[in-house]
Amino acid sequence: MSAFTHARTSDRIRLLLRRVLPWSAPVLAALGIAAVVAWPDTYLHATAARMFPLALLAVSVCVVTGHAGLPTLGQVAPYAAGAYTTAHLALHGVADAALHLLAAAAAGAMVAALVGVVLARYRGTVVLMLSLAVAELTTITASQWRTVSGGTDGLAGIPAPRLLPGLPPLLDDRAVLLYAAAVAATATAVAMRLLGGNRQLLLSAVRGNEARAAASGHRVTTYLWVVHAGAGAVAGIGGALLIHTHRWITPADVGFTSAALALLAVVIGGTASLPGAVVGAVMVLGVRDVVAVDLPGHAPLLLGALFVAAVYLLPGGLTALPARLRRSLRVLRPPANGPDTTAPHMSRRTS
Amino acid sequence: MSIVRVDADDRVPSRRASGDLDRAHSGGLVATGLRHAYQRLTVLDLDSFTVAPGDRHAIIGPNGAGKSTLLNILAGTTRTRTGTITYNGTVITRRGAGWRGRAGIGRTFQHPAVYPDLTVLDGVRIGGWHHRRHPERTPLELLELVGLTDYADYPAAALSHGHRRMLDLAVALAGQPRVLLLDEPAAGLTDTETGRLLQVLTGLPGWMAIVLVEHHMDVVAAVADWITVLHQGRRHTDGPADTVRADPAVAALYLGHGGDDAARR
Repeated sequence: MSAFTHARTSDRIRLLLRRVLPWSAPVLAALGIAAVVAWPDTYLHATAARMFPLALLAVSVCVVTGHAGLPTLGQVAPYAAGAYTTAHLALHGVADAALHLLAAAAAGAMVAALVGVVLARYRGTVVLMLSLAVAELTTITASQWRTVSGGTDGLAGIPAPRLLPGLPPLLDDRAVLLYAAAVAATATAVAMRLLGGNRQLLLSAVRGNEARAAASGHRVTTYLWVVHAGAGAVAGIGGALLIHTHRWITPADVGFTSAALALLAVVIGGTASLPGAVVGAVMVLGVRDVVAVDLPGHAPLLLGALFVAAVYLLPGGLTALPARLRRSLRVLRPPANGPDTTAPHMSRRTS
Repeated sequence: MSIVRVDADDRVPSRRASGDLDRAHSGGLVATGLRHAYQRLTVLDLDSFTVAPGDRHAIIGPNGAGKSTLLNILAGTTRTRTGTITYNGTVITRRGAGWRGRAGIGRTFQHPAVYPDLTVLDGVRIGGWHHRRHPERTPLELLELVGLTDYADYPAAALSHGHRRMLDLAVALAGQPRVLLLDEPAAGLTDTETGRLLQVLTGLPGWMAIVLVEHHMDVVAAVADWITVLHQGRRHTDGPADTVRADPAVAALYLGHGGDDAARR
């Protein structure tokens, strides 16, 4: 009898966990941001706010790499388009933050749509190489097109945006942090929503077996192109946040380094998880900008160590960690008698 | 009807009844002048190939005869450099696999193609995506048809080879094809599974055209009413199923001796 009640209690705990767990990540993130906001050090506020542009770039890379299955370094192109669009709007007296974000998203989507015409036709390593060329071309264009980018000196003294026409400019570090976090969270949530349901099913099918999907009449290249353009909008918003949090921009901000950091963030987060990409970006920049402050000159070394650790210790990224922990716990526990003991290849999908 | 045997170097058109050809031209699939080569190796050199609505057309031949290449060219998976393909009277030579799939040319794959991460049911739903509002058969009915109802919630990666073949077939049928191209559907199946496959294939509607590439002669015998034998990319023998199966030259071709000599007899 005791075994029976025990089973019922564990069932109840499992039910509770199933209800609570999906909310744990957003709650933890909100608590983390609240803790940073409550911290008295304004340098930390500014540093934290400046993580969100790259976080959105990582989300964009994650959409293209994890959902469309095209490993890319080229999302810095729409990121740059969004950033320079925002910078010029602000320099020409348009201060409305919402307008900046909309214009940046549109510019990013357009650039990604153009690049996607080529990229969506290829797969695998070829995409990676082509997108590397796109990243390099972005930096070169940004440093050569002086009238737009101000050359390698970049654009400085960009006025701060206003949330609403009557409000004061967004200058306070705390306010900027909250604003950047809100924009990044909203954009990520919208992207997750758009990639859910049937679209997730279609993309999963295309990734799983492209020939079968095409034979069933699916416009595979078009699907991937649309996803690539949509990811461009996210990267464009990231570019707008880059201007809003830094208020200056140089070609180096939209170069290969950013692309590589974003890809590293995606690897750490788990290739198909958008919140994972955000967490990955925060970890990468946390190592580079917070931990490495005490070890001047060693940031690249620490990033390298982080990358090696991520690949060896976290195959599948942070998102795969709960499942891996559960599996290792199951190994530790004595085998239970019940439906769980059927052969592993017969286990039903739990998601 | 007599057997028409084509000499390896002299490309004589297939002698299907002119009525069948007319039906193929108006409502079926017609391919003419197909040539496909990898470097200098010609794998397919076929003057014409027609599929009329309701045809049960088997393509047989030894390994490397160009059977799968022909199927891939008809399905649009492989683009042909020469020749013309028409479907329902319109030229589709430059159309890709996706367009042809939507137009009603369905197919299965030699190595059963499934979506490993999706459940069996979702895979069939993806197959019938373009008919999801008004399906002739719902995904569950299709799973019932091929005997996979009990596996509806399993990831396709967990299925056995035979079940994957049946899933591939269900996915192809979900697309509501008017021409169904089957690439060795019985390869690797147990006797029970082959029985189930035959049950499904013989139960398909009469208007659906089936092109069957198969080594398994029992399956060919049960399904096909017309057989084309390919050898080294060319038509070797062409005729009604019973006549071709009884032809000693075809048997010789399969047993690996005779070959071209048998063709010239």
